Amino acid sequence: MTYTEITSLALILVVLSDIFLFKTSLLTTRAFWASYAIILPFQLLTNSWLTTREVVIYDATQIMGWRIAGAPIEDLLFGFAMVVGFLAYWEFRKKRANVA
Amino acid sequence: MAYLAMLAFTITGSWWLEWAFKLRVLRQIRFTLATIVPISIFFLIWDALAIHLSHWKFDLGQTLGVILPFNIPLEESLFFIVVPLAIILTYEGVTKLRPHWKEEQS
Repeated sequence: MTYTEITSLALILVVLSDIFLFKTSLLTTRAFWASYAIILPFQLLTNSWLTTREVVIYDATQIMGWRIAGAPIEDLLFGFAMVVGFLAYWEFRKKRANVA
Repeated sequence: MAYLAMLAFTITGSWWLEWAFKLRVLRQIRFTLATIVPISIFFLIWDALAIHLSHWKFDLGQTLGVILPFNIPLEESLFFIVVPLAIILTYEGVTKLRPHWKEEQS
């Protein structure tokens, strides 16, 4: 599998987890999108630091080749999957802790 | 040290939110870490797989040079603690300021 394929799969998995596994439906809330709007510029900044200085080097055959702020476009999806994944589980655990 | 600098920047840019908005993310660090670690394991498995498949590699000269199992540099494993912390602090900051945004449709 290429990086492009794995990121697409991860994206589907986190979105399905948010809806069906954790039942948090974060993607429908304003709180999620406002948070993502703050996080995204920092992702672009730090990712650009790591990729343009070549701290991380990508195999050109494993990515589509579209780059944003120096980093492969796939990294954007990776970051989005991280934000959804961590926040959905965070909301899930907080709700469960409050009920208990 | 470039990778460590990125982590330091992320910590500096996010941890102040805990005190500025009186959050409980760092104060209840055991609960927070217990939330972060299971999800981080998934991303670290992905990372290990990507390193194994040569999707990406690291310039070890710009890291501390400490390599963990599955060829994951120390900084890379810390990334999956430091970045989720920043994500959660941001979200908690937003929802502290705008509690109704949790329910409000986007």
